[in-house]
Amino acid sequence: MSKKIQLVDENGIRTDGRRPKELRPIKLEIGVLSNADGSAYIEQGKNKILAAVYGPREVHPRHLALPDRAILRCRYHMAPFSVQERKSPAPSRREVELSKVIREALEPAIFLELTPRTSIDLFIEVLQADGGTRTAGVTVASLALADAGIPMRDLVAACAAGKADGYIVLDLNDIEDKEGTADVPVAYMPSLNAVGLLQMDGQLTPEEFEEAFNLALEGCKKIYELQKKALKEKYLAIKESVEEAVEEK
Amino acid sequence: MPVFFENRDMVTPGDLLAEGDFMAGRNTYKIDSKIYACKLGLVEYKGKTVNVVALNTFYIPSVGDLVVGKIVEINLHGWTVDINSPYLATLRASEAINKPYKPQKDELSEILDIGDIIMAKVIAFDRTRDPLLTIREPGLGKITRGQIIKVSPAKIPRIIGRKGSMINILKKETHCNITVGQNGLIHIYGRNPEDEHIAILAVKKIELEAHTSGLTDRITEMISKERGDG
Repeated sequence: MSKKIQLVDENGIRTDGRRPKELRPIKLEIGVLSNADGSAYIEQGKNKILAAVYGPREVHPRHLALPDRAILRCRYHMAPFSVQERKSPAPSRREVELSKVIREALEPAIFLELTPRTSIDLFIEVLQADGGTRTAGVTVASLALADAGIPMRDLVAACAAGKADGYIVLDLNDIEDKEGTADVPVAYMPSLNAVGLLQMDGQLTPEEFEEAFNLALEGCKKIYELQKKALKEKYLAIKESVEEAVEEK
Repeated sequence: MPVFFENRDMVTPGDLLAEGDFMAGRNTYKIDSKIYACKLGLVEYKGKTVNVVALNTFYIPSVGDLVVGKIVEINLHGWTVDINSPYLATLRASEAINKPYKPQKDELSEILDIGDIIMAKVIAFDRTRDPLLTIREPGLGKITRGQIIKVSPAKIPRIIGRKGSMINILKKETHCNITVGQNGLIHIYGRNPEDEHIAILAVKKIELEAHTSGLTDRITEMISKERGDG
């Protein structure tokens, strides 16, 4: 048996100095790749993730196309250098599964029926991983979709909550995810009040689950505000620089 | 019947724009009596209609649109054309030549070859089948001179301006022929490369600053400044 690691100390402070109900610092940016139709980048704590969207475009191979709506194809991939031990670049069982759950979290947010017979291709590349990459992946992917001008019902914000050392904590990092008791990732569309992804790993009582779920929703709402700000920032920056130049004259 | 934003405010997908007796216009959708945005853009309240002017979109063909396309494939009875849209367009041989088309006699690659750029018009499109094009009208056909630049199709209305105000200024000030394809591809042809260069710079500037006000004056100013330097 390995030695038990203390995740929350006697003052209620976590390994990275956060309080139990605090998010990691998040940095969001859109339009980072010039060759993609839409792209976004997120830094959430030590997580660094890039997302690129291509499409709607012709489906290849052709037989995958649907006559009544677009298909969303999603690839979640971790770079070999994204974790402590080198990860094989080939898609693992875990990555295939995460690609599926991320796709299913985003599908209800997109008006796929507006562009039948096309595909929207989404690539999520994890450059550095520190726990909660599936939720950060959903967050950044929905920004990339919005940047590509794809019609959406809402932005999707995602965040995890869980249990570590008896505390219900928000936005677990890698060590809390591995050593903690439970992990509840949630993807949420705040304007529609709809949940697109809900998973649970570990053990929680029904009361604890409810607390963790509600905490994760609160986290999603905070992230949603950051997403809206990040989307507008790119265009407001141009507007401000133009207005400044006018004022100087 | 409250509205939740001012005209020309920036909105993101999922923003609640208005509630009550309103109609959902472009880039918006309605659930019960609530109107939401479905794209990043500037909101526009016009009477009972709520629109969002998108900041980035892809091109969906519509009948009558002028488009610039590239030949990507030659088939038995026509060509496949990339028109910078989710759908590849078809140009039938009968829409390109003025006499009845005979596959055993006419060689399609002699009329238009792969890689050729054409100016065309959309004559049919309904999403269940690929759009059809024609080049049998004056001003349409193969483009042999000038330059093509690509902008986001969302910025095309801004480049044309209200009743063509912006594009007319551009044409006059740069002495270039400018034809704007609705699909985001613009054909610029001037008397010399310098004129074309200035026109390209101006179009790029409009694309970048499309969502700001007072743009027309700044474009005129920029062009005269570029002229002075050159």
